Order: sequence, then C-alpha cells, then structure tokens
Amino acid sequence: MGAGHAHRLYRPGHSPVHALPPHTKLAAVLAFVLVVVSTPREAMWAFGLYALLLAAVAYAARVPAGSVLKRLLVEVPFVAFAVLMPFVAQGERVDVLGLSLSVNGLWGAWNVLAKGTLGVAASVLLASTTELRELLLGLQRLRLPPLLVQIASFMIRYGDVIADEMRRMRIARESRGFEARGVRSWGVLAKSAGALFIRSYERGERVHLAMVSRGYTGSMPVIDEMTASRAQWSYAFALPAAALVVCLLGWTL
Amino acid sequence: MHVPDGFINAPVSVAAGVVAAAAVAVGLRGARHELEERAAPLAGLVAAFIFAVQMLNFPVAAGTSGHLLGGALAAILVGPFTGVLCVSVVLLMQGILFADGGLTALGVNITVMAVVTTVVAYAVFRSLVKLLPRKRRSITVSAFLAALISVPAAAAAFTLVYAIGGTTDVPIGRVLTAMVGVHVLIGIGEAAITALTVGAVIAVRPDLVYGARGLTAPLKLRVNGELVDTPAGAAPATGPAPAAAARSHRKVWLAGLATSLVLAGVVSFYASASPDGLEKVAADKGIDAEVEDHAAADSPLADYGVEGLGDARMSGGLAGVIGVGVTVVAGTGVFWAVRRRRTPDAQAGPGSAQAGPGSAQAGPGSPQAGKSV
Repeated sequence: MGAGHAHRLYRPGHSPVHALPPHTKLAAVLAFVLVVVSTPREAMWAFGLYALLLAAVAYAARVPAGSVLKRLLVEVPFVAFAVLMPFVAQGERVDVLGLSLSVNGLWGAWNVLAKGTLGVAASVLLASTTELRELLLGLQRLRLPPLLVQIASFMIRYGDVIADEMRRMRIARESRGFEARGVRSWGVLAKSAGALFIRSYERGERVHLAMVSRGYTGSMPVIDEMTASRAQWSYAFALPAAALVVCLLGWTL
Repeated sequence: MHVPDGFINAPVSVAAGVVAAAAVAVGLRGARHELEERAAPLAGLVAAFIFAVQMLNFPVAAGTSGHLLGGALAAILVGPFTGVLCVSVVLLMQGILFADGGLTALGVNITVMAVVTTVVAYAVFRSLVKLLPRKRRSITVSAFLAALISVPAAAAAFTLVYAIGGTTDVPIGRVLTAMVGVHVLIGIGEAAITALTVGAVIAVRPDLVYGARGLTAPLKLRVNGELVDTPAGAAPATGPAPAAAARSHRKVWLAGLATSLVLAGVVSFYASASPDGLEKVAADKGIDAEVEDHAAADSPLADYGVEGLGDARMSGGLAGVIGVGVTVVAGTGVFWAVRRRRTPDAQAGPGSAQAGPGSAQAGPGSPQAGKSV
C-alpha cells in the first residue's frame, strides 16, 4: 500500500477495450455485475459461461490472465467467511468426508464465491483498462453530481501525497527509535494520525486558496467533452447483453 | 470488511443503492452548507486522509494488527454531512479502483459503513458532549463512546440488510450474535484509536474539531493586566443564560438516557425470557421427538439449543441497548436540527481565519495534482 497504489491496477495498452469511452465501460460493468447477481445459483453452468465471457474480454484487452488472478486475491478474507457457511446454515444436512454440512449453506457458499469472484474479476478488468482520470470523467458523464466527482478527484490526486506524508512520519518515528509494539504504542500512532489530519485539512485550505487565486468558482472546467458513438455503446454492451442471454437461459432451463 | 457481490440479492442491493444515493445527496447539500465552495478540496483531502489512515496499522498483540475504519473519526472531525460524503467517496473509489467490495453491493456498503456508522457516531457524540461537563476530557470520552457504539451499530444494520436480502438462510439470531460480538471487539479498538486521535487534534487545533464547536471559551482581552470580556458582537456570545438552560436540560437528558439504557439492556434481558421460554418448550418438544427417532443425534442438538438460547438472550439485551442508542440519536438529531434552525449562524465556521498562513505554499499543490494523475 502507499504511493503508486492507485496506479498499480492500471495496465497501459492500446487494445480496443482500452480505447472505449470510460462511461460506456463503467455502465457495461455495472450492468454485467447486476445480471450476474440476479442469476439463479442452481444454474452452475451459467457462471462458467460468465467466466468465459470475462476471459474473452481479458483476451481482447490483452490483459494477461496471471495479473487478473493475482488481483483476485482481494477477496481472500471473504472466502474464509464463505467456507464457514456450510457449517452454520440451517436446513437439510449432508455428510461429506465425515463432516455434516448444510445443503443450503453449501449453495450459499457457492453463490457468494461464484458471484463475488465474477464481480471482482469484472472490476479488476475495468480498473486495468481505464486510466484514473478517465474513470473520473466517466463518472461525471454518467451524471454523478459534479461535486461528488470533484471530491473523488481530489481524493485520488492527493491520496498519494497524504500517504507519502504518513510514510515520512513513520520514518521520522522509526529514526527516533520508536517501534510499534502492542497496545501501549497506540498513543503515539494516534498522535501521528491526528497530526496527519491537521496537515491534510490545512493542505485542503491551501489548495482551495491556490485554486481561488487561479479563478476557481466552485466548478471545474470541462476541457475534453467525451462522447460515445452508438457503435462504441453497442461494443461495450456486448458483454452485459451476452450475460443477459445466459441469465435468461438460466432462469428458463 | 467490504460486502462483495452475491452476498445480498439483487432487489435489496438496488434498494440499498437508492438509500445510499439519497444519503449522499443529503450529504452533498449539507457539505455545501458546511464548507461552502471550499467543499470540493477540503472534503477531497479529508477523504484522502481517511483513505491513508485506514492503512495505518495498530499492533494489537502477538503479531496481529488492526486498522481504523474512520467513520466515527470523520463524523467528529468534519461533521456528519461531510463525514458521510468522505467515507462514501472512499468506498466508491475502493469499489471501482481496487475491486474492494462489489459494485452491486456498493449501496449496501455505503449505507452500512458510511451512513449508519457516521450518523450514529455523531448523534452519540453530540448528545454526550451536551450531557457531560464542558471539558476537553469529556470530548475524548464522548469520542470513545461514539466510536464504540457506532461499530456494532453498523454490524447490526448489516444484519438487518442480511435478514431482508441475504442469499443464505443462516439463522439471523446467530448472524447478529456473531456480527455484533466480533464488532464489539473491533469497536473497542476503534474507540480507543478514535478517542486518542481526536484528543491529539483537539490539543493542537481545537477549532478543527467540528463536533466540539461552540465549546471554546469566549475570547478575553487583557486590558491593564486584567482579563476583560470582549465587547458583545465581536465574539460568538456564549452567555450564562443559555449555559444554565443547557445544564438543566442536561440533567433531564442524563436521567432519561440512563433509564432507557437500563430498561433496554437489563429489562429486555429478562423480558425476553418469556418468548425464549416458549421457544425452549418448542425446542424441547422438537428435540424429544427427534430423540425418539434417532437417539444418537441428541447431544449436539441439545448443546446447540442451549447455546442458541444463551446467545439469543445476550443478543436481545445488546440489540436493545443499540436500539435505544439509535433512537436517542435520531431523536436528538431532530431536536438538535430544529434548535439549530431556530438560532442560525450563531457560530461562525472554523478554519476560515486560519486559511491565510499557508497560501504561500499553495503553488506546489497544483504540480503535485498534475503529477499524480
């Protein structure tokens, strides 16, 4: 974590997926995840097809499978939770290798694992193929309130600055012989957090004044107006449309 | 922990998304009111701070460590509206950029982690600040309790969402017990760190602690070696009359809060014995019936039953306390909002006077902004 964290997910490239306007990609990923979540869990083959669809997108985006799989590690804490489900859920029980497991819990674990993994994979693909600034512009195009997008963009821009400041504080602590050990060092760490807040807040005030002195009146000028042609929309929506077909098949079959 | 996709079913996820959008809209309005046109840079930097402080590891023991969740801290330091907004933005960015928390679960995540935590923490904090004597220490104590209650309250809110739209039928009582139990522990750590951090800020820049506004002593002038009150109108007046009124209110509130907490925590503990008794009878009968069928299954089942009952009682009491907390908080919030509206602009915003000294350094800010894109 720390500096560079914000850039690590993005993989620069010139694939057709990279070239799509960001708001079409955002909308497509959201639609895809919604379709996945509303698929019945009994249709196991549908989730295999979804995975194939995502693999096709990754291939088109020239994102290597290894990097996607590595980033799937985000969901590890929650895999642990899913593993617990068959043990605590109610209902009919089945014996597997001498363990009494709940059938319903097994379905629940499968449901969470499959849908969660597909959701993470879709988000990882989006983040890998879209630049940060483009993502923010895409959010603005999707009619998120401009103030919210501004706050998000300030957070992204200064996230590294603040994280660096925190790292400098850590280096300063450690060079003075401090070692965080147990609860007794919380006071020192909390004082650092307090100082970090004051520095962040004061930096915010300075940034605001700097912007006001350069003519800021509460809204950011839009320099590059983004538009998406119908072809680009339909290209982006090929993924959720295909997923929708699979989902409908899953409900009917 | 962020809720992933597939944990909550689609309709409830969408409904939570609508709730979250409404909360963010309210937060935007409120933040614009609180910060005016400074909202974007200040809220953005505070969001960056929360994002960074979540990476600060606090060692617990034996190699384990925890980190701050930041909801209560944000509410106390920058106010409820800006706090909701900042934590929501952090969650949004984590969802989109780091695939941390599902996109469809974003509404649930924002509702539980940004809205419930922040609002409960702020309500508890404000009511305690009003009840306790006006001292710096009581700010720290209030911050501790606010953070302590806000974390299990968020866990209880999550359980509620899970009860409505969960995809697995794990018994809700057990989910509640597990979630609240674990989060009480997490809440203790969160509370200690939040209180220490607020204490550190208030020692240096008390004007930056939003939740402690209006607690600063009135400005005094030293004239010929004597402290004299500043002329009326020059400083925000905190005369003796409102203070006395506040004190008399304070007693009533204190008594009311104590009574309802006792009622909720202790009485509901016993009151719940009656339905539990019914359940116990039913369970006994059920177990008996099963015992007759296959005798081997009786001991683990019986164990489960007893365990489940004890947990249900405990969780009932806990839920009662949290319920009262939430209710008091909501009531206080309404009361406070009404009262604030009646005396508008009594307190000027903090920090507006401090903006000056750093302006010379503002230049480097912009190149940095360019760099990190």
